[in-house]
Amino acid sequence: MSERINPVEPFLRMDRMPHIWCPGCGIGTVVNCFVRALLKTRADLNKVSVVSGIGCTGRIAGYFRVDSFHTTHGRSLPFATGLKMANPELNVWDFSGDGDLIAIGGNHFIHAARRNADLKVVCVNNFTYGMTGGQVTPTAPLHSLATTAPYGAFEKPFNLPFLADSSGAVYVARWTTYHVRQLTRSMEEIMTKPGFCFIEVIAPCPTAYQRRNRLGDGLEAMRYYKANSKVVHGADTRSVDIDLGGPIVVGKFVDRDRPTTLEAMRDELQKALGGKYVPYPTGVNR
Amino acid sequence: MKADPRGVLTGVHFLDGDHACCEGALAAGCRCAFGYPITPSTEVVERIAQRLPTVGGVFLQMEDEIASSIAIQGAAWGGKKVLSVSSGPGISLMMEHVGLAAMTETPCVFVNVQRAGPSTGLPTLVAQADMMQARWGSHGDYEVIALCPNSPQECFDLTVQAFNLAEIYRVPVMFMMDEAVGHMTERVVIPAADQIEVVERRRPAEPPSDTYALYRCEPGSRVPPMPPVGEGYRFHVTGLTHDERGYPVMNAEAQDRLVRRLVDKIRLAGPALERYEEYQVDDADVVLVAYGITSRVVQRSMQLARERGLKVGVFRPVVVWPFPERRLRELARQVKAFVVAELNLGQVVLEVERLACGTRTVLAPHAGGGLHAPEAILAQVEEVLR
Repeated sequence: MSERINPVEPFLRMDRMPHIWCPGCGIGTVVNCFVRALLKTRADLNKVSVVSGIGCTGRIAGYFRVDSFHTTHGRSLPFATGLKMANPELNVWDFSGDGDLIAIGGNHFIHAARRNADLKVVCVNNFTYGMTGGQVTPTAPLHSLATTAPYGAFEKPFNLPFLADSSGAVYVARWTTYHVRQLTRSMEEIMTKPGFCFIEVIAPCPTAYQRRNRLGDGLEAMRYYKANSKVVHGADTRSVDIDLGGPIVVGKFVDRDRPTTLEAMRDELQKALGGKYVPYPTGVNR
Repeated sequence: MKADPRGVLTGVHFLDGDHACCEGALAAGCRCAFGYPITPSTEVVERIAQRLPTVGGVFLQMEDEIASSIAIQGAAWGGKKVLSVSSGPGISLMMEHVGLAAMTETPCVFVNVQRAGPSTGLPTLVAQADMMQARWGSHGDYEVIALCPNSPQECFDLTVQAFNLAEIYRVPVMFMMDEAVGHMTERVVIPAADQIEVVERRRPAEPPSDTYALYRCEPGSRVPPMPPVGEGYRFHVTGLTHDERGYPVMNAEAQDRLVRRLVDKIRLAGPALERYEEYQVDDADVVLVAYGITSRVVQRSMQLARERGLKVGVFRPVVVWPFPERRLRELARQVKAFVVAELNLGQVVLEVERLACGTRTVLAPHAGGGLHAPEAILAQVEEVLR
């Protein structure tokens, strides 16, 4: 009998296993879903690049067997923007955690969305800085506990789909790590969609967030997501805030089209410079 | 290899240093730039924004200098020659990514049109007080290359060299202009493209394979070839301490192996990185040491001294980091003293003092906001010789 290989393995740097993630962590699920999306869409792996910042989710770049970049804290999006601008034929994915992408990288996030940089951005939102041991993040629900919010978080958290939507993202979805098929489907959809596409994935951090907030282990998180998630496609993103212990609205909220950075640049330059403009590829076929 | 004629504005021009720097970058093959406005370097990115679309390149004004300084690195791995430009506070914001470029061996050029600090300081006025920041302003151990032009013509010529050195050594190159050189307008001759030598990126000789290692150096070399993205090498780049494959390794041995190579590729480069000029040093009792705009001021001091019968010469490092060590040590054996003039209260003088090995070394300081009076430097020469 021939040995059966996990279909995910050829996509990963197996020589780097075991990975650093804790049992019950949601990041592995996101990795799995991405591989399934790559398989399903038959993406050209030579042209796929994965960019990450710093933190647990930031380590995703190091495990994918594609050209991959583990950059600095919060700055994966401008790196990815530069990569895509230089080489528009690349399919550039950014995997980042909530602290990385939204706290230290928040300014880059809104600007990448505003300019419609042609990037596929997946934010693993576990409401905590896992790698440094469980500090409060800008997405942490009100009253949740963290090492640096020992008496409870008292700042209103960001609602990421609303932030992405209002900043100009052309695709905005939210799923939990319970929704593996839907998440994979969303990743398949944005694989070829031009522009700034954003997927928020609500994920458990059993070590640093669940335990401190008495939310149980990874399995308990799945039960919670299953019982409390409500699929509302096209939901008004203003209405999808997350409260501690409350329901989680998931689904595809935004799917629209507008010119990417390189397309808008090309159109403007062509208009202004005419024959003097030396055409630069946009990486988009339209 | 010769320059791509599309980017070369051949002819005789009347340009300021900022604009000449932009033309140097285009001649060197820079086709991707990211920037953010800040005085007195804004003119460089303004001209780049205007020129790049006409030569097949792209420019994007980013949301801040942090973004610019890492967007260029994404673009460098994307296959382009890249630069970013800033000054003062903007350069401080870029420092983390100077370290990233050093660690990941990403060829890139950082132009710093120096103004007076600290902090907001004197935004429109000259200084040379970022010399130590240029060398070691990011955390950790690393070495960079830093060049100091002293004229618009050199802003062109040396920018081409800065790009070439970035490719040869795979380091961030700090192009240390100053406000005076940046805003000074002079004759700039841009040669024909076939007269301009440019260095292309060295790619791996081997095709993609499972055994390919991103940072494997050829025997005798400390600089690995750099693969293009998107062609199947499927490499991993990280700012973490890494092995030859580019994979993170968290121990002291890997740290020593990597950081030692990063430092040694510059420190042990020897004459290949020596660029200096000297004037009338053969019989000199005192040698004036200066770089950038101040190297022009000391020319006048030397002239005044010679008129008074004083044997004074000038030594001007063009590549300031790594410092032209061998030549300065030689001079130290023949002169009575060095007078180091710089627009700060003592930075490069520390290096001169170290290399002088006991030969008297005196600082002619100036806190910036203006230039030294040549007579003030002369007075210090007279004082030293008394």
